[in-house]
Amino acid sequence: MSDVEVTPEAQPQLHGCPLSDSRGQTVVHPTRAQYVALMKKLLDGGYVMCSDLTATDYLTHSGRTLPEGIDAERFEIVVNLTAIATRDRIRIRVQVPESDPLIASLFDLWPGTEAMEREVFDMFGISFDGHPDLTRILMPEDWDGHPLRKDYSIGRIPVQFKGSNS
Amino acid sequence: MTSVENIFRTNEGAQEMRPRSEISAKEILREVGSVLRMSEAEVAKLGQMPAEADEDQTMIINMGPQHPSTHGVLRLMLELQGEKVLRCKPIIGYLHTGMEKTGEELTYMQGGTNVTRMDYLSPLNNELVFSMAVEKLLGIENDIPERAVWMRMLLSELNRMSSHLLFLASNGMDLGAVSMMLYGWREREEVLRFFQKVTGLRMNHNFIRPGGVAADLPPGWRDDVLTILEMLPGRLAEYDILMTDQPIWRERLQGVGVITADEALALGTSGPILRSTGVAWDLRRDQPYLHYDEVEFDVIVGSYGDAFDRYAIRINEIRESIRIVHQVLDAMPLGDYRIQNKKVTPPPRARIDESMEALIHHFKIFTEGFKVPEGEVYVAIESPRGEIGCYIVSDGGPKPYRIHMRAPSFVNIQALPHMMRGGLVADAVAVISSIDPVLGEVDR
Repeated sequence: MSDVEVTPEAQPQLHGCPLSDSRGQTVVHPTRAQYVALMKKLLDGGYVMCSDLTATDYLTHSGRTLPEGIDAERFEIVVNLTAIATRDRIRIRVQVPESDPLIASLFDLWPGTEAMEREVFDMFGISFDGHPDLTRILMPEDWDGHPLRKDYSIGRIPVQFKGSNS
Repeated sequence: MTSVENIFRTNEGAQEMRPRSEISAKEILREVGSVLRMSEAEVAKLGQMPAEADEDQTMIINMGPQHPSTHGVLRLMLELQGEKVLRCKPIIGYLHTGMEKTGEELTYMQGGTNVTRMDYLSPLNNELVFSMAVEKLLGIENDIPERAVWMRMLLSELNRMSSHLLFLASNGMDLGAVSMMLYGWREREEVLRFFQKVTGLRMNHNFIRPGGVAADLPPGWRDDVLTILEMLPGRLAEYDILMTDQPIWRERLQGVGVITADEALALGTSGPILRSTGVAWDLRRDQPYLHYDEVEFDVIVGSYGDAFDRYAIRINEIRESIRIVHQVLDAMPLGDYRIQNKKVTPPPRARIDESMEALIHHFKIFTEGFKVPEGEVYVAIESPRGEIGCYIVSDGGPKPYRIHMRAPSFVNIQALPHMMRGGLVADAVAVISSIDPVLGEVDR
């Protein structure tokens, strides 16, 4: 990547956001404030396809490595972008605090994130500001809780034994 | 409970498409404009979207979830004006079983049984992407034995054939070419019979596992593959006579469900839908995995982005897969079919009888599983339906901390409202069929 600047502290950055390497894959760590502006720049820079948008709940994780200056929060939005022309991929990880689970929607940049953001809303309870139709997508509308959160118990349906009618 | 209450209880409320009286014209235009990458004002000028259509002229009807041509439990709400579809909203989730949550409770060894059930028409590709993600986390992705890699390619390509054959069958059936359904299933059956011989199961194989594959190819496998490869070209030529060259078939598909390259990219679609618009994007060629950079094949692209292009791409991709499999047969080396890394590979059966340590080791791997270093990866491959991705976060334990599958059908389905807008309700079936969604993967 040509526009990677190496700062004196040897912390590689892209558009002012720290970069890290995860098993050979490039990861950018913007703050929530930088998120949309960064995505806009990446879209203009050739990442025309938003392959994937998901989230992770780090509630019970034993500890992850994040670049300096990024404070770990409970939730993380993970976006995978693809550049068709350069055959390149990049991943964006944004920290979202538990106290305020809200992040800007990417709908205006990639309309294809519509269903993915709804899925994250449904499964993690993270709201997307500016999403046109933020409703549950996989669970029923009246469902309580967000199943992929780590504090959501798996639960069991008690087995019912019934006598046969014959 | 009365039947009226019953209906109310199955109502999805806010997920449903709202009638025009409840939403503003601005909201409708925003939905259209974001897809076309235009401002609301420009969309309004197009005039194709009557923002002020009369409520008493339009009707909202349900198509599905139980409908033979929705390929599962896909429910579409269509707003019709006469025969014309004005708006469409897919409602999904009827097959949701929380497979990503289940995946967090299964070890990496067991995970294959879970992911293979997502896209049940290309189970081997699901297993492949899951295994590749786990191997990348373990750092052994370059140590997989050659035979295992070529076996994975063989199975992946045969799976692509069987999946596309099923598409031809269901596409034919949806459009009234019912005899095609029988032919498609018949040919697919030959491929499934081979899978059964190799993996023991026709579907949901759990055969490709982290570290390699579960077993070696059975004796006589080469002849079985050659039989399939010799049978298929003639049958594909028959399909051309039956469908491709037939005027009724062309009339039914050409110009239906058109999407442009920009729209397809904006919507994140991949696979045959993206390629039908002329974008030559195939992960097998553009971001090669396994040994796809060592075999020769063409990426099939369309030029009009309509349902016919998507049909033609799939039938020709079967031909390309035949080419690839021929090369795989020539290149298949002898050797090990799984990595000899004691950490991930259980000891062979024979060792268990003679060594207590091997028995303990075997027991530990299958009860506790193996530990995977902390980290996160996203691996994507080309499934018959498009880019299937696997995002795994590991916390260093024997189970994935988070496993997410980027399902191609889930994303491709978003193109439905756009493809259907302004079309006829009779063409809706053709459009759904041309997307070829697998609802097991959409809902997971």
